[in-house]
Amino acid sequence: MRIGVVTFPGSLDDRDAARAVRECGGEAVPLWHGDADLKGVDAVILPGGFSYGDYLRCGAIARFAPVMDALVPAARGGLPVLGICNGFQVLTESHLLPGALIRNDHRKFNCVDQRLVVENASTDWTSDFEAGQEITIVLKNGEGGFVADEKTLDTLEGEGRVVFRYVPDAEGRNPNGSYRHIAGITNERGNVVGLMPHPEHAVEEGYGPSLDGRGFFTSIIKQTLESAATA
Amino acid sequence: MGSIVVDVMLKPEILDPQGQAVGGALPRLGFNGFTDVRQGKRFVLTVDGDVTDEHLAAAREAAETLLSNPVIEDVVSVHVLDESAADESAADEADAPAEDADGEPDEAEDGEQ
Repeated sequence: MRIGVVTFPGSLDDRDAARAVRECGGEAVPLWHGDADLKGVDAVILPGGFSYGDYLRCGAIARFAPVMDALVPAARGGLPVLGICNGFQVLTESHLLPGALIRNDHRKFNCVDQRLVVENASTDWTSDFEAGQEITIVLKNGEGGFVADEKTLDTLEGEGRVVFRYVPDAEGRNPNGSYRHIAGITNERGNVVGLMPHPEHAVEEGYGPSLDGRGFFTSIIKQTLESAATA
Repeated sequence: MGSIVVDVMLKPEILDPQGQAVGGALPRLGFNGFTDVRQGKRFVLTVDGDVTDEHLAAAREAAETLLSNPVIEDVVSVHVLDESAADESAADEADAPAEDADGEPDEAEDGEQ
């Protein structure tokens, strides 16, 4: 069970993501932005951070990194990919996921323990959760407002591709102005998932608000083992 | 040496928190007449020699693929930077009012800048 973690210039959470993979029983394989080589991994994580300084738009320059030349077709072919925070932004810029992430509506950087509802527990990265389950993981971003046109939003909802939603506060607001409180989405096939909150910061006792992040990594590890067993 | 200007703006329906922040700062400085501010991006792409149709076509393609994200942004303009106009305005700034061709009072032009 080998899970690649890509490091772009400006990635911050690549080591945490690799550690989370190991904590949950997988082998973490470092992947380098400059190499168009996925090293035969079973799944890939695009970690959080500020790739290429977030210049131009978040994720816009990372999208054209050599590793993405290998990753984009592989993801279209079914390779499981999880984009966390900046990784989610890279996935939307790459058109592997629809919509875009823009600056938080309140213009401040968020760093909070965030409650989410798992809406879709059948993706490659969420099968260890129950649909409707509430989890609490870390959210930290300046540009996390998920936007898309109404038609795209309706399609995402209609096809069950909203994977996570923010639990709104007492005023009915979510932490970054995301349309329809969307925190994470998936592609049609359910192998590509992107979300703004950080599961890799909630996998160990004593660190982070919960162990709820483990489900992402145990889901993909089981998924990959099962598909290997039936192959 | 020629240059091409690409202007990109957030789509009108997309929230522009940066523009809002600027819009909020203007009244504090006494600029009270502006009801809204939208912030965009300008790219200046420079080429060797004069700008050709091929350069312009490549700039348009770059504008759609890298310089803008069509989900949230519009490419509002791709055009050749008019060097002579740029030179003239530079000259205006340096030499006004002697070079003022239209004879308008300088104050009016300053007010627009």
